[in-house]
Amino acid sequence: MPEEKSAIEICDVTKLFGDAFKALDGVSLSIRKNEFFTLLGPSGCGKTTLLRLIAGFEYPTAGTIQLHGKDIATLPPYQRPINTVFQNYALFPHMTASQNIGFGLEMLGRPKAEIAARVDEMLRLVRMEGLRHRRTTELSGGQQQRVALARALAPTPKVLLLDEPLSALDYKLRKEMQIELKRLQLETGITFIFVTHDQEEALTMSDRIAVLSGGRVLQVGNPREIYDCPGDRFVADFIGEANFLSGEIIVATKDRAQVRLASGADILARLPDTAPQQGKVTIIVRPEHAEVHADGRPSPLSGTLESIVYFGTDTHLHVRLAHGDRFVVRRQNSPLQDAALVAGATVGVAFDLAAAQILRN
Amino acid sequence: MARRYSVRRQRGFTSIALLCFALLYLPIATMVVFAFNAGTTVGALEGVSLRWFATAWNNDRVIEATIRSLTVAPIAALVATVAATMAALATTRTASYRGLAFKVAFINQPLMVPEIVTAVALLVVFSRIKVWTGYTGIGYLIAAHIAFCIPFAFLPIRARLETMDLSLERAAADLYATPWMVFRRVTFPLLWPAILAGFMLAFVVSLDDVVITEFIKSAGQETLPTYMLGQLRRTVTPEMNAISTMFLALSIAVVTLFFFLSRKKD
Repeated sequence: MPEEKSAIEICDVTKLFGDAFKALDGVSLSIRKNEFFTLLGPSGCGKTTLLRLIAGFEYPTAGTIQLHGKDIATLPPYQRPINTVFQNYALFPHMTASQNIGFGLEMLGRPKAEIAARVDEMLRLVRMEGLRHRRTTELSGGQQQRVALARALAPTPKVLLLDEPLSALDYKLRKEMQIELKRLQLETGITFIFVTHDQEEALTMSDRIAVLSGGRVLQVGNPREIYDCPGDRFVADFIGEANFLSGEIIVATKDRAQVRLASGADILARLPDTAPQQGKVTIIVRPEHAEVHADGRPSPLSGTLESIVYFGTDTHLHVRLAHGDRFVVRRQNSPLQDAALVAGATVGVAFDLAAAQILRN
Repeated sequence: MARRYSVRRQRGFTSIALLCFALLYLPIATMVVFAFNAGTTVGALEGVSLRWFATAWNNDRVIEATIRSLTVAPIAALVATVAATMAALATTRTASYRGLAFKVAFINQPLMVPEIVTAVALLVVFSRIKVWTGYTGIGYLIAAHIAFCIPFAFLPIRARLETMDLSLERAAADLYATPWMVFRRVTFPLLWPAILAGFMLAFVVSLDDVVITEFIKSAGQETLPTYMLGQLRRTVTPEMNAISTMFLALSIAVVTLFFFLSRKKD
């Protein structure tokens, strides 16, 4: 076997609950060393099940899970050098913050002095030095979160699993912890596998993202690839906002195609290898990649401006297209306002070739 | 201003509550008062004295029955609590499977069986065993008490385990604790108040038992309750009140002790 590059190698893993429910269906993933990897998907997509299989709380029905080249799929959790940060933190209520953090090392039978030193180091790392003797029940949500992180990092696991650890925090604290998590991952150099249903969280923190749905992996890629080049409609819809246009390919070249839209207009769109090269297709256009104008210049789409929703930094313009579909355009606000853009106005919608992409069916 | 709704303001609630308290505690108060009667009846108070406490204290049969009660109850409660803890763990710390609910009901069911039925059943079985083995000691009594104490100890322990967050034990296992260490360091310390409650319940139920003990005991194996029942068939003297009062004092002391023990753990 060549030099092992991946931390976790998941190969064709299936997990059945009972006889009928397939939580995971032939999942294969390769998670690299020192990577911040995110499993993203709606609830019930199988992301938490996959995390549990890696942690050892469940065993796969079929398939293998390798850690640094060794099969761990059948090992109990206490024999895997993998630690977990739980969604509800699961701090031991009968122990202090320090005792919680030292628990893993204590179970590994490390000498007392080493444990004490490591606990100090961890408390410093998560900036909790002042609260070491507190019972965990006396800590705030954000503080508990930090203790949970320190506890999972203290034994220096090969992989750290994070099960929606930020979902219980309020918005501001969540933003703060996102930056904190990223810092911890860079400082410790440990592979993080992060589970979330929050696409924004996934985009801002991850090196790579796997989008899951219905127990399958739909797409793996870095945040830019996932956002700019979603493979199919589900990914496009789940990550960010999207407008979908249906049409038919008239001429296809190597990486682009001329598509006739339902409105009768022809547009150029990017054509990835994975998308169909002919016939009926769906095109995605992100709201911030299109623009609306009311000066009557020719544009591929036209319709009526239905409503204008102000968001502070930007404004959403909802356009009802001539053939019935809705199209949302997001434009950044500036002190100069376009007086012609009022609800009810007849407008044109335009976008670049680069903004339109044909999706896999 | 609208007054906040409270069920206590409903007609009749206060009077019914007072009536229930009176029914519960007035007889006990009366009993305690007559324990200090200087006279020989439980009907008329003839001055205050401790003579019946002295009488009870000097009655060898009372002492003997008390010692027997205080031997059987702790042993039965201890064994029952250990068994109940194991049963509670086995029925909550496992993936759900067909028949699990049935098993739980099976453990609880003795609570629903009339005590007299259990008593007769045990009598039949034990008398056969006595014939085969020739053993007539206190073991039968202890075995019977263990049997009917288990569901009482099981109830609070299982209730606690059911509400206890499973992810705590998962977290411990995740942090390299073997199943035994998970139990020692996480499950047991958090379960301790419930185990104590289960033990107390079992202890009191065993200490209190008349029906099953009456059927099972061999000749001369009186426990305090069966001894007192026997005495009632003869003349009733304030000695009974004195014994009951001491019993009461003891149980209050035990409950208070356990209360502070479990409080300290929290």
